[in-house]
Amino acid sequence: MSKLLSIVLVCGSMWITTLHAFEERTFNNPQDEATFYALVNELRCLVCQNQNIADSDADLAVDLRREIYAMINDGQSRSDILDFMVQRYGEFVLYKPRFSSKTLLLWLGPAFLLLLGGFILYRTTVNSRKPVEIPLDDAALSRARRLLDED
Amino acid sequence: MKYVIPLLVFAAISAFLFVGLDKDPTIVPSPLIDKPAPEFSLPVLGSEGGSFSTADMKGKVWLLNIWATWCVGCRVEHPVLVDLARRNLVEIVGLNYKDQDQLAIQWLTELGDPYIATAVDHEGRTGIDWGFYGAPETFVIDKSGIVRYKHIGPVAPADLQNTILPLVAELQGSSS
Repeated sequence: MSKLLSIVLVCGSMWITTLHAFEERTFNNPQDEATFYALVNELRCLVCQNQNIADSDADLAVDLRREIYAMINDGQSRSDILDFMVQRYGEFVLYKPRFSSKTLLLWLGPAFLLLLGGFILYRTTVNSRKPVEIPLDDAALSRARRLLDED
Repeated sequence: MKYVIPLLVFAAISAFLFVGLDKDPTIVPSPLIDKPAPEFSLPVLGSEGGSFSTADMKGKVWLLNIWATWCVGCRVEHPVLVDLARRNLVEIVGLNYKDQDQLAIQWLTELGDPYIATAVDHEGRTGIDWGFYGAPETFVIDKSGIVRYKHIGPVAPADLQNTILPLVAELQGSSS
């Protein structure tokens, strides 16, 4: 009985999730479909900022999915749609920001830090590889000999 | 010297983080600032066949307030707008976003109507053109139809006093 109940519960919840995520779309060709899914996955939903438009259930995200879908079936290109979004919501909607003077530090910063780190690492290892000179006098040598002989 | 560089790095990181503490990440700067206001022509709430167009506002400094009855922040803000309208300093246009006309009319009857007109955006299409995402939002548009300022979230009396009204006065004083 409990088995039956769990099956019903599991199937029921699956049914609810599919209903939830269901928005019927037909595309002119598979390429358009790929463009659509790529776009909604790389555009940020401004209402819930850490979700993309594909994941978000916010009202605005639903509207934007519909808008992007309409634009794609209207024959607009990927860059047209990105421009449309950036004009309205700013660069912040792009999870992958464009390369411009404003985002220079963002794009090149990590590479710069990596180079800097490599340089520092190089300098410290070169320094530590230099043979250490230990001043040796006769007393130290004879003490060392004595220690070796003990075995 | 050995300790100076790490200390400087630490100080720089701390300074950035400290400034970041006061910033609200949910407020995204609008790309519309200093650009022409997106044009629209929409039916006016509660009027048969009446319509409002952004072109009607040419030559005037005006505010566009995007609101809805389902928006909690709008209820907080509403008395501030009603008070502002009473002072006759600037014309406020409402954009009722994805709402039901009946509820919106009831809201304005009960709480007062600060708008010279309320345009109705059932589909939310005009909201998208204005980059609307956090209800309510208020824009300041100058005489030549350029967006000069955007306020996200409820407008508080202090925001009016310190930012919006001085800007409106300055824009009203300028010739274009």
